[in-house]
Amino acid sequence: MAFRWPQFFHKLGSPRWFYRIGGLWLPWLAGIAACFLVIGAIWGLAFAPEDFKQGNSYRIIFVHVPSAFIALAGYYVMATAGAISLIWKMKLADIALKCAAPIGAAMTVLALISGATWGKPTWGTWWVWDARNTSMLVLLFLYLGIYALYNAFEREEQAARICAVLALVGTVNIPIIYKSVDWWFTLHQPATIKLTEPTTMHASMWQPLLLMIVGFYVLYTTLLIERIRVEILVRERRTRWVQDIVLASGA
Amino acid sequence: MHPVRKQRLYIVLFIVLGASIAAALIFYALRENMNLFYSPSDIADGKAPLNTRMRAGGMVREGSVQRQGEALEVNFIVTDYANDVAVSYEGILPDMFAEGQGVVVTGTQTAPGVFVATEVLAKHDEEYMPPEVSEALEKSGHSGGETGGNSSSRPSGYDAASQY
Repeated sequence: MAFRWPQFFHKLGSPRWFYRIGGLWLPWLAGIAACFLVIGAIWGLAFAPEDFKQGNSYRIIFVHVPSAFIALAGYYVMATAGAISLIWKMKLADIALKCAAPIGAAMTVLALISGATWGKPTWGTWWVWDARNTSMLVLLFLYLGIYALYNAFEREEQAARICAVLALVGTVNIPIIYKSVDWWFTLHQPATIKLTEPTTMHASMWQPLLLMIVGFYVLYTTLLIERIRVEILVRERRTRWVQDIVLASGA
Repeated sequence: MHPVRKQRLYIVLFIVLGASIAAALIFYALRENMNLFYSPSDIADGKAPLNTRMRAGGMVREGSVQRQGEALEVNFIVTDYANDVAVSYEGILPDMFAEGQGVVVTGTQTAPGVFVATEVLAKHDEEYMPPEVSEALEKSGHSGGETGGNSSSRPSGYDAASQY
């Protein structure tokens, strides 16, 4: 039988299928993420040359930029899940919305803390209320707000609908964060890695950075799938197939 | 698409569009209040208030940094290469502070174009390169390392860097 994509996606929408397929992918994704992150980190921290002005402190970029990328991209993942949940009332989209929030929040915290750590030796201050830093802090509050709001409701369906609306309203912040350094005077510098223009970083430095960015994307996918699988088990705990899994594992 | 789902899709689009318009109006109303600092040209135009705490930002003009002997007092000129602001400051400068480098200073404008700073922050640019590349650039006469700051349309001199 030929592999059919529409059918594949249709099945992926079912929690039971997602649990199974996700379980098959997880070890591979985790392995790929570990490879990229380990090689990227060793290359970036030990072998990449130091910067002509910042010295070694620039190496924080190898954590800061990937985590900030994921913080922004993860919000779109969450908002897209919210839109699907609103329009098609898919159970799996509700779950994805709920699970994407804490991971996104963690990445935002990582970006903020690594940024502050870099800011102290470079700018001379941990924090400044410029447009980039402030909009990034708003992003953290959006993530935390959605997480808290979701858990404030008894009924999962109601929680998903309200959080989806909040997630969609919050999408407006993402282009603001991204463009804040170009639209206004900020202390934060403009982007080094751009889609449309050549990067203003030497090749010996952006190559390990690229590995870290890919590694963080795969890590995010791994974490999201694992979290979704756990949430599926919790929600479907009364179904036969989950009880079979529990019995088979000997618990 | 099912009519009910189509309607929900319109609701989703309405939420996103509505939030975007609201945000656009807010930021239109705030305009330059969103800026962290005034540029020397803003200050020359009289947009910045006198005797009020505020920030000014730009590049430290090459050759303008004057220290008062052993004291911590330092004077320098912040410029956007169109207008200048004379800054005096007493305190510890960040490591990244240098002539030709971007800074953001907090303090008060005591007279038009004269600024007494209480805090000096270094503004880093978006260029990263190894020291050897920077030295090679300087030897070849490109000032790759000595510029920096706000303008992203500024010629970066970086294309030359990839040759090394």
